[in-house]
Amino acid sequence: MSDIITVKDLCLWYGGVQALKNININIPEHAVTALIGPSGCGKSTFLKTLDRMNDLVPGVKITGQVEYAGGDIFARGTDVNALRRDVGMVFQKPNPFPMSVYDNIAYGPRTHGVKGRARLDEIVERSLRDAAIWDEVKDRLRKNALGLSGGQQQRLCIARALAVEPRVLLMDEPTSALDPISTGKIEELAAQLKEKYTIIIVTHNMQQAVRISDYTAFFLLGELVEYGPTEEIFSRPTDKRTEDYITGRFG
Amino acid sequence: MQTGISRKRRAYILLMRALMGLSAAVTAALVLFLVVYVMAKGLPELSWTLLSTKPSYLTGSIGILPDILNTVYIILSTLVFVLPLGAGAAVYLTEYARNKKLVAVIEYAAETLSGIPSIIYGLVGMLFFCSFLDMQTSLLAGALTLVVMNLPTVLRTTQESLKTVPQSYREGAFGLGAGKWRVIRTVVLPGCVDGIVTGCILSVGRILGESAALLFTAGFAHAVHGFFEGLEHSGATLTVALYFYAKEQGQFGVAFAIAAILMALTLVIQLAAMLAGRWFKRRREQ
Amino acid sequence: MKKKAFESFVYGIFLILGLITVGCVLLITVYLILSGIPAIREIGLFKFLFGKTWASTAKTPQFGILPFILTSVYGTAGAMALGVPVGFLTAVYLAKAAPPRVKTVVSGAVSVLAGIPSVVYGLVGMLVLVPGIRRFFHVPDGASLLAAMVVLAVMILPSIVNVSITALEAVPKEYEDASLALGATPTETWFRVSVPAARSGIAAAVVLGVGRAIGEAMAVMMVSGNVANMPSLFQSVRFLTTAVASEMSYSSGLQRQALFSIALVLYLFILLINAALNFFLKRGKES
Repeated sequence: MSDIITVKDLCLWYGGVQALKNININIPEHAVTALIGPSGCGKSTFLKTLDRMNDLVPGVKITGQVEYAGGDIFARGTDVNALRRDVGMVFQKPNPFPMSVYDNIAYGPRTHGVKGRARLDEIVERSLRDAAIWDEVKDRLRKNALGLSGGQQQRLCIARALAVEPRVLLMDEPTSALDPISTGKIEELAAQLKEKYTIIIVTHNMQQAVRISDYTAFFLLGELVEYGPTEEIFSRPTDKRTEDYITGRFG
Repeated sequence: MQTGISRKRRAYILLMRALMGLSAAVTAALVLFLVVYVMAKGLPELSWTLLSTKPSYLTGSIGILPDILNTVYIILSTLVFVLPLGAGAAVYLTEYARNKKLVAVIEYAAETLSGIPSIIYGLVGMLFFCSFLDMQTSLLAGALTLVVMNLPTVLRTTQESLKTVPQSYREGAFGLGAGKWRVIRTVVLPGCVDGIVTGCILSVGRILGESAALLFTAGFAHAVHGFFEGLEHSGATLTVALYFYAKEQGQFGVAFAIAAILMALTLVIQLAAMLAGRWFKRRREQ
Repeated sequence: MKKKAFESFVYGIFLILGLITVGCVLLITVYLILSGIPAIREIGLFKFLFGKTWASTAKTPQFGILPFILTSVYGTAGAMALGVPVGFLTAVYLAKAAPPRVKTVVSGAVSVLAGIPSVVYGLVGMLVLVPGIRRFFHVPDGASLLAAMVVLAVMILPSIVNVSITALEAVPKEYEDASLALGATPTETWFRVSVPAARSGIAAAVVLGVGRAIGEAMAVMMVSGNVANMPSLFQSVRFLTTAVASEMSYSSGLQRQALFSIALVLYLFILLINAALNFFLKRGKES
């Protein structure tokens, strides 16, 4: 399995505070990689660095390299919008636009210049099917998306991210605001989606990491402490700190 | 990775950015033009004689002292009424009112009042204060009309500042066994000061700029009076005088001199409102 | 017991203060209806509203206010056509795109615009705009509907800008993040996500502008020539507001009562606009 993202010596500062310290990691394609660690450890910050959403925070300074598709995403001349199209994101809190279900999904393709009713209809249906929500919303495509339940909204957001045909899907604690049943659906979905996409998911829930991920990276205080196949990390952690964390001694 | 934004997207983005920048520039340029033009035309016309005399048909000279005094009188008398009334209404709404429907009705009424054009205030003010209450055309009738006009402003600013008084203060005072009135006097009223000051600044601005509501209530006279005597008599404020000199007499020099004064006061009031807002915000954050 | 009586006394006072706004609205409404009805009765509602001629001081006076109604409607529409795009785009710029310092300066300028008295607008309009229109369009007199539209457009800018900014700034950041994460640029995000999300508030801003424009009297009086013509862009016209203002000081009898009726018509317009405003503000809060 080849690597889709290669991170070299990545450091990040918010103002004067260093939030990421010398991160080196290779993310394999078509797999689910989980980022775990106590809150404030830098896992979410790291995730947002991968599609350069951190650029929006004032006072951010970044050094090091993130290689994606053969180029450094911080290099001068990198097209951020094209990067974000390739590397989609699902947020912690479901955030559908206050528009119809259809317009939510069609927003991305339309932005990138897809026109024509038939073409859009097709994208909308495919994305909603891929996100396993088609059956629930097919009769209410024209209704406002804010009328959906929290779990449905989050799957809608996944569908919206899929509609622009990304290669990588970043998920920032996508189930933390959801009930257990909805959480189960999203986890199931993540497992299916890795056939077509590469998934990187931040989670504070270690059972979730075990259930859905192939690889796990453990972050602590801005450092990547340990990284490897999920099974190994959870059964034979090499670092004492990892062991303490996964056995629930802190965090 | 596909790179590059399509030419069509780029064109859209550039167009929207250009339109936004252009609009903001037009807005800013308008203000700059108005301020500079009025000042350039008006300031040279200002003189001590103009400011300190009254107009005389005998010598054909024009002075705006009466108009300045009338403006001051109207501002003072309006504030004397509108501040307690508006603040009191706000206290009722935030502290006493239990009936949600009644609150909605009162708030809707306040919104309606703030949407009524000043010419209508002028007309009803004339019918009610000048005719029905027999005040004649007088500064007092004008001031009372402006009281109604500015009521929603003071009500709203006070209400907003009362919302920032933490509920725990009230509970704390009640917990000490204080009666409702005592809580209001010691905890709530000090919390309205911000709102009353802001409402006061905004009202002064509106009164200063008002003309249509005063035409038929306060009238056009240009005589010099003391405060209480003045309230009983008809008199033009600066804005009404400006209208009168420009439209009825073609005395554009005088009109611009008044406009320059009004413009300067407008700037001062905006500045005061901004500074007050900042000051209150900082104090609240401490 | 004495304390209780005192408390209910205080309560009574505040209740009265609270009800004052309601009392004022009722008073204004009742006065306008009572004084506005007689002339309409005498002239006839249809003739009053749809009569094309206003000749209040003629030997056989005619009291048709259609010219005023149409002038107010056209004048307001024209002012909106000029002012809304500029105000809306300025608001998007200030709420989303402007660097902090530019934002402070331009917002300050906008509030100055709101504070300038209407007679000052009228004065500058009389001496700059009116001659300008005369020269530019080669018309005999620049005091016209067009001049009024331009002055009104400037006067409603601050309402539109400020209310729109409030609405745009209330758009949750999550919506904008989602759009950016899909590869949309900031500009596309503002216009395709933030603006639609703030549409109720922006609609309220427009309605507020309509109310301001239709209610303005003095500035319009100074630049529109004040002749009771049917509206036409380069002709002198009279608005509902200026119709009331211009004849009030010397009117009497039926003429005076007809002026009250005009005020009643204007008031009904305003009540309608207020209802619309309230509707949009409420919907904005809900979503």
